[in-house]
Amino acid sequence: MALCRQGFGEGLKEAAEKNKKIVGLCCDLTGSTKMDIFKSAFPDRFVEIGVAEQNMIGVASGLAMEGKIPFCASYAVFTPGRSWDQIRVSVAYQNLNVKIIGAHAGLSVGPDGATHQALEDIASLRAIPNLTIIAPCDYYETKKATLEMAEYPGPIYLRIPREETPIITAENDIFEIGKANIIYQSKIENQIVIIGAGPILYEALEAGKALEKSHKIGVTIVNSHTIKPLDEKTVLEQIEGKKLVVVCEEHQKTGGLFSAVSELLSQRKPTKVLPIGVDNLFGESGKPEELMVKYGLSKTFIYKKITKAIQN
Amino acid sequence: MNIEQLSLHANSVRESIIKMLYSAGSGHSAGPLGMADIFVALYFKLLTIDPSQPKWSERDRVILSNGHICPVWYATLAERGYFDKKELVNLRKLGSFLQGHPHRDLKYGIENSSGPLGQGFSQAVGVALAGKMNNKDYFTYCLSSDGEHDEGQTWEAIMLSAKEKLSKLITIVDRNYIQIDGYTENVMPLDDMAEKYRAFNWHVQEIDGNNFSEIIEAVENAKAVFDRPSCIIARTIPGKGISFMENDFNWHGKTPNKDEEIKAINDLRTLNNRIKSEHQ
Repeated sequence: MALCRQGFGEGLKEAAEKNKKIVGLCCDLTGSTKMDIFKSAFPDRFVEIGVAEQNMIGVASGLAMEGKIPFCASYAVFTPGRSWDQIRVSVAYQNLNVKIIGAHAGLSVGPDGATHQALEDIASLRAIPNLTIIAPCDYYETKKATLEMAEYPGPIYLRIPREETPIITAENDIFEIGKANIIYQSKIENQIVIIGAGPILYEALEAGKALEKSHKIGVTIVNSHTIKPLDEKTVLEQIEGKKLVVVCEEHQKTGGLFSAVSELLSQRKPTKVLPIGVDNLFGESGKPEELMVKYGLSKTFIYKKITKAIQN
Repeated sequence: MNIEQLSLHANSVRESIIKMLYSAGSGHSAGPLGMADIFVALYFKLLTIDPSQPKWSERDRVILSNGHICPVWYATLAERGYFDKKELVNLRKLGSFLQGHPHRDLKYGIENSSGPLGQGFSQAVGVALAGKMNNKDYFTYCLSSDGEHDEGQTWEAIMLSAKEKLSKLITIVDRNYIQIDGYTENVMPLDDMAEKYRAFNWHVQEIDGNNFSEIIEAVENAKAVFDRPSCIIARTIPGKGISFMENDFNWHGKTPNKDEEIKAINDLRTLNNRIKSEHQ
């Protein structure tokens, strides 16, 4: 178990050691977003914006106009939550090299309750042209995504959770923006493919392995860490010949990865897709693991949903 | 360049504005006309720029925050030689770089995209902050409007500028007291704007924004301020130069028809019938 945001903080510091153009901006959440790792190393390249997310995004655009590579961190409910118009016009319309980190995303932020559980951030951003959206699944992947973002031109949104999450990728795994990774393939015939992004992939992995054991059904698991642009080639290849396509995400079922996959398949290969996500509901206070059970995101729930689907 | 020459350029810019707005058939009239003197003073007298090198790294930056007054920006850039004046009639037309609200295109001198109010102000803060981090000498001029100060983002940007002591940031606020729904003090009272800025630790001057001597003096004063950002609250006459548009908020967001265009051009060429035009 480790923190994705730790991966972000360490990745940003490492990227900034190599590239002097990188600057950091934060809205009074320097410790919890782990921006403090960068701030301690490069105090002159850090700007504390105060609790003002709209201004942070606008200022980042101005810095990017002058060749800086600003990394802006806040919680996902605040940015993009409170700064969508600034992301649309100042960042994406101008196609500037601004990197936006939405921390504490998803239900797993737990006791803070619905106001702080970003379940709509991907949906709100996915319709904006020019913007890349990444949701890494663990510490290593977040660190690699952060390092890659620094090299990858154009605006990017990085979505990360608060809680420690299981490590499911290896330090040496290749991470490439826009290129999905196949993280599991059963040795028996693969009849089910689960496409996911973010730490919920661990739940998917556990559910898949359980299905393989109980039902002797092979499972492929695709880590689609880049939600936009979707790796269409890998998705189309991996659904080929499968009896069931499942998409998992810690997000509303509307507008996120399930939508992205469904949009692709409706045009290229009409296929029924089973969504695992939050069903048009706000969350509530509770322990992360309790919320994952109640809102249908746990490995047990995924296992049951798939079992039911294959019986029909 | 002396004041008489600046006045002639401003009149020419106003004529371009009327023609382009008539041609476009939609857009904003009052604000661009009111700000023509300030744009001309900046581009013909005060800015360190080279229109033949619009991407020159040492140039002063102009960030337009109230993007809807872009006709005055485009007309001034063309007047100054950034592009051919013939392009101006393409305002708001399909395929033109003269978008209804500005879209960043440095080769024409258009430094930023704006329209949703407040955004350009924050962008200007970022540009000025980058200049400070990079030890550059350029000044960043943020052109803003009074109505824009209804937006919370504007005040966020004002606070940060003072905190970061952005002494090379000069904001010029078009204080024309009108916005779409009427007079600013009826829509959302903003006075005493100067005191508000002072309370936010800015250097503040209040001037007649249609008086070249005052504009030039205020900008020179602002450039000399070394410990804080500078705000010039420029009282302008919306619709300045056109008899039937001046001070009428109904002209904030509409454009002249053919008859009004002819009358407006005549007003500009005769200084509201005070002199005879060579065209008469």
